[in-house]
Amino acid sequence: MNRSVDPKKVNSELFTLTYGALVVQLLNDLESVEDVNKHLDRMGYNIGVRLVEDFIARSSADKCYDLRETADKLQAAFRMYLGISPSIANWAPAGDEFSLMIDTNPLTEFVELPDTCSNMRYSAILPGMVRGACEMVHLEVSSWFVQDQLRGDPVTELRVKFIKRLEDSVPPGED
Amino acid sequence: MTMSLEEESRLLYGMLFSLKSFSNRISPLDVQEGVQCYTTNKYKMTLFETPTSLKFVCNTDVNAPGVNEMLQKLYTQVYVEYVIRNPECKPAEPITSELFKAKLDETVRMSPAFSSKAA
Repeated sequence: MNRSVDPKKVNSELFTLTYGALVVQLLNDLESVEDVNKHLDRMGYNIGVRLVEDFIARSSADKCYDLRETADKLQAAFRMYLGISPSIANWAPAGDEFSLMIDTNPLTEFVELPDTCSNMRYSAILPGMVRGACEMVHLEVSSWFVQDQLRGDPVTELRVKFIKRLEDSVPPGED
Repeated sequence: MTMSLEEESRLLYGMLFSLKSFSNRISPLDVQEGVQCYTTNKYKMTLFETPTSLKFVCNTDVNAPGVNEMLQKLYTQVYVEYVIRNPECKPAEPITSELFKAKLDETVRMSPAFSSKAA
């Protein structure tokens, strides 16, 4: 599908500002920065769980048979939904962990973290989405930021670690 | 023979589960697509499974054409559009949306399997 003619496409600055407003609202509503991080992660998870179906329908993606394919699919999804192409790097020797290197994170375009929020993971919605999406395709992963440009790192690095495959649930009454 | 919808879906799930694990075990290679359909004297069962393990199943006449394509269309154009994008529809709960029902009905009626019945 050609995204450039998609009527649902929104201006990227509007998107960035909307996300910022959401984070600020959470900061007002919740007690601590830690809670905001958790909340963003959970929101991301809930988005990922649904978004993966949309991704499969749009890209007619097939099942992945190894983690490298999964990494490629994640990269394609970032391109499709955020318009960025993170590079895949830093594979663990065992092949069960990799990083998505994000040069320009559209979520943080106008953002500066004040000192009071130094332990805030502003883009925590992204690892949540990765986790939710992977869980729906039977991959339990954990995902977190290793580096973040907001905290002065040269690049934003999103780490993804494979934990285990999830199986279809057995129907009741069978062993 | 009548059966409650719930009972039928439980039976169907159990059967597909057994069929799948059977075909996984006897296959010499890693299973890629797995079970897609079977045919009896009376009817044909077609299964379309998404990478997220959603299963779309349709029992049709033995000669019904294009059932798999129809099921794929149901997924990409009906399920994703009217269930996934509908915040009222929670995952893993029965779908109650009337709009979904209407679109489902429309898509099935438009498929070659439906119209070829008269021929």
